[in-house]
Amino acid sequence: MPEEQSPSWKLEKGIKGDFVFKGLTALFAFSILAILLLMVAEMVLASLPAIRKFGWSFIFDRQWDAVQESFGALAYIWGSVVSSILALLLAAPLSIGTALFVTEIAPKRIGSAIAALVELLAAIPSVIYGLWGILVMAPWLQRTVEPFLIKHFGFLPFFQGAPYGVSMLAAIFIMTIMVVPIITSIAKEVLLAVPQSQKEAAIALGATRWEMLRIAVLPYGKSGIMGAVILGFGRVIGETMAVTMVIGNTPQISLSLLNPAYTMPSVIANEFAEASSKLHSAALMEIGLILLVVTLIINILARFLLWGVSRGPAGGIK
Amino acid sequence: MNNKVTVENLNVHFGATHAVRDVSIDIPANSVTAIIGPSGCGKSTMLRAINRMHDLVPQARVAGKILLDGDDIYAKGTDPVAIRRRVGMVFQKPNPFPAMSIYDNVIAGYKLNGRLNKDEADELVESSLRRVALWDEVQDRLKRSAMELSGGQQQRLCIARTIAVKPEVILMDEPASALDPLSTLKIEELIEELKERYTIIIVTHNMQQAARVSDYTAFFYLGELIEWGGTKRIFTTPDKKQTEDYITGRFG
Repeated sequence: MPEEQSPSWKLEKGIKGDFVFKGLTALFAFSILAILLLMVAEMVLASLPAIRKFGWSFIFDRQWDAVQESFGALAYIWGSVVSSILALLLAAPLSIGTALFVTEIAPKRIGSAIAALVELLAAIPSVIYGLWGILVMAPWLQRTVEPFLIKHFGFLPFFQGAPYGVSMLAAIFIMTIMVVPIITSIAKEVLLAVPQSQKEAAIALGATRWEMLRIAVLPYGKSGIMGAVILGFGRVIGETMAVTMVIGNTPQISLSLLNPAYTMPSVIANEFAEASSKLHSAALMEIGLILLVVTLIINILARFLLWGVSRGPAGGIK
Repeated sequence: MNNKVTVENLNVHFGATHAVRDVSIDIPANSVTAIIGPSGCGKSTMLRAINRMHDLVPQARVAGKILLDGDDIYAKGTDPVAIRRRVGMVFQKPNPFPAMSIYDNVIAGYKLNGRLNKDEADELVESSLRRVALWDEVQDRLKRSAMELSGGQQQRLCIARTIAVKPEVILMDEPASALDPLSTLKIEELIEELKERYTIIIVTHNMQQAARVSDYTAFFYLGELIEWGGTKRIFTTPDKKQTEDYITGRFG
């Protein structure tokens, strides 16, 4: 009887289609992984001469001398990590505040206008940020902000020295401006995803608008907002062009934010073209590898943090 | 008769939709009043007007008076936050705060306006949870997440959270419609006990539930209050044909 046969025939076809589909998606997913692994392997291979010659001292040595062929990356690691973390410390509250204003506080029309403008900032090419930074912001820092900091906060180690304009501080500011739109737009999506029922629960308990944000909206969106900040970290630590233009490109480790500094992406971009010796290019490659590893470590740390947060009260939050 | 809430000529519009049409009703204190009617009849809209939840919806417009102990809650200068502390609300789907423990959920509302030391907080948590018959089930895991509870337990937790604020009126918007029969029974028993201390207004889809738990019943249809009175009379000898048709299951 054909009626009895046709369903089993259909079933067969479905399984075949499923098999092909599964295979294809798995292929796509694993090819990404393969590319990543291949890249890491190539980077390790290319930096082998530097790794063999300097060993661990590459990470702990601050000397970088292409003529003597003596390479240590500590100043670049310092510059990248310090500038990224400080930029995030500035950007996170700014972004979360903006996202809260746009989603919960501003009237709808004004909120979406501001959100659109903020997202527009993300579309500006980073070389333009760099140009603006070097021509407009750095002189302003040199003439106005840095003298003020030296005068009133000069007793702190962070604000000592001469006002150069191009400095760690300039890089931090540029990074902050560049990352705010990214964190804001992700945080905005996270906040929009907070269910109405959660907000109503707080309001019905007699919460004011601020209290509603504090007890219902922010806790609900906490892990998503942390995720937004982590993504922002990836963005700032890898930022090359704009930072290179304003940070002063001096490989030194100084507590003072007014001094010029140097970052890992900047030194790679500045020196790869003139790296004539094999050891020099291997050293640059190793810096790239370190950048990758630092990014991974920070991501993993943040994920642990996130895990602790999202476990919530069961994890023993008081 | 002592009326806790008096509604006078209430109209609620959402944009062009006229959701509640010229409704006037008295809600006696320490009683359970059920609001019944088919979907979209305006019963939830009516309920939400009583603690000014419509303030959150920009296109909602409320006209008329709602008196709470004789004072109009929509009068100029009235603080909706203060109103909501006197008129609590329990929602259709249990909505405990997922990032908080059971303990913190109970005192979340109270902590907004009153300071508590540890002993007072412990006492408030215990008495509130006892009142919703949840204490025995959760006393050894108060610091665990509220999301570990079953749906029925979560709903009782939400009721505990509401009564911890010490309201005078509790609004319930189909509080058992997302729950299984056993949990529903527990909620209904709870309502019976709660009316000694609070005035309860409950919106329900379920006519048997209205008949079981309420002292007074109001029947809404297409935004209008068709008829209201003692539950027994509404269910046995309603005045209006529409009411009779609805409660006998001929439509709705």
